[in-house]
Amino acid sequence: METKSMMEENMEVHVRIPAPLKKLAGEQDVIKSQGKTVEEVLRWLTDTYPGLEERLRDEKGEVRRFINIYVNDEDIRFIQNLQTPLKEGDQISIIPAIAGGSCFWGRVSPTFRVWGNTQK
Amino acid sequence: MKIGTLKAIRAFKDWFIIKAKRQGSEVSVEETHQLLQKREPLILLDIREKEEIALGYIRGAVFLPQGFLSEKLESFLPDKNASVVVYCAGGVRSLAAAKLMKEKGYTSVSSMAKGIDGWKAAGYEVVSDSELTPDQLSRYSRHLLLKEVGMEGQIRLLNAKVLLVGAGGLGCPAALYLAAAGLGTLGIIDSDKVDLTNLQRQVLHGLADVGRPKTESAKEAIHRINPDVKVETYQERLTPENALKIFQGYDIIIDGSDNFPTKYLVNDASFFSGKPYIYGGVFQFEGQASVFFPKEGGPCLRCLFPEPPPPGLVPS
Repeated sequence: METKSMMEENMEVHVRIPAPLKKLAGEQDVIKSQGKTVEEVLRWLTDTYPGLEERLRDEKGEVRRFINIYVNDEDIRFIQNLQTPLKEGDQISIIPAIAGGSCFWGRVSPTFRVWGNTQK
Repeated sequence: MKIGTLKAIRAFKDWFIIKAKRQGSEVSVEETHQLLQKREPLILLDIREKEEIALGYIRGAVFLPQGFLSEKLESFLPDKNASVVVYCAGGVRSLAAAKLMKEKGYTSVSSMAKGIDGWKAAGYEVVSDSELTPDQLSRYSRHLLLKEVGMEGQIRLLNAKVLLVGAGGLGCPAALYLAAAGLGTLGIIDSDKVDLTNLQRQVLHGLADVGRPKTESAKEAIHRINPDVKVETYQERLTPENALKIFQGYDIIIDGSDNFPTKYLVNDASFFSGKPYIYGGVFQFEGQASVFFPKEGGPCLRCLFPEPPPPGLVPS
């Protein structure tokens, strides 16, 4: 139990970054992040990689409706949403709706690029 | 000499049957029928050749022709403690097969005495839909070996109608495998023409097809693989006006489209027509796949992602 309380101070979770957002997260697949709740981890993530902010949240600061967040395999909407508590080693996955299938360079990729450009 | 040999063979056969019967490895057609009626876990193994199967078989049987027995048996039937009843036409080949299986360590194998001839004579049902021609029995023989497909599964495939929305990166491989597997009807809706940049992944189309409608090129490619597949083409865009009407004629909708408006339209039209919606999406090396079938109690695409990205952000 002592080791557990020590870990909580420096709790590390892994955030899986989907391909469409990789460019904005230093081309990383998985980012080691810190926080006791999903909210804290997202905050840390968007502070560290500001380009992600607009992609993940709308003007009201809510997670966008076409982006799902999972803690391990559970959709946070079915647990405690952004207040979902985390434990050491949890995996957080950010899963956006993806449209590609026919010509993803012609259509989908610019979709996200346009999105990215608005950032500049 | 010849007659002597025949006699010897017959004598050996008689001896063999008597011996097997003594070992209790035979069951009667009545016993087999009872076991099947009770729906006990039983594998009914038909070891006849495809020409014989075409004339009729017992419902629920799986098929592994005698010639494949020693080679394929263990991969086909990994559970050596499963209850198996083997049958052939008259009950002789199945005795030999049951013996072979016992030697290979199967613990509960019997041969159905008198075979399917005896089964018919007893007045039990024989499925003889003869929907599969000898050529089809050959073409799909590896499916017939799979318990999960078998004769009934193959016939279901041959009667199935699938609509493919988009003949692109997702649609092409889906169409290839469905055609090869023996799908009955494949509808393809796509308004695009083949472009050189498509060819690196859209495997139904070739260099000579550049500039042609994808539906045409896809239809030809499918018929090269399997001319039995009926291909219906729609060289148009899927719209809220035509979606429900087109979906009407199909059992399953596969979405290989490349944009959100179409994906949500496919979802909604599948929902309202009560059809299973096979969803897929790809971005670079990542992809998503799911089956949405709310009619059977599951979620739909809008449950997963309530809204598509707003149109302003997503030109399509």
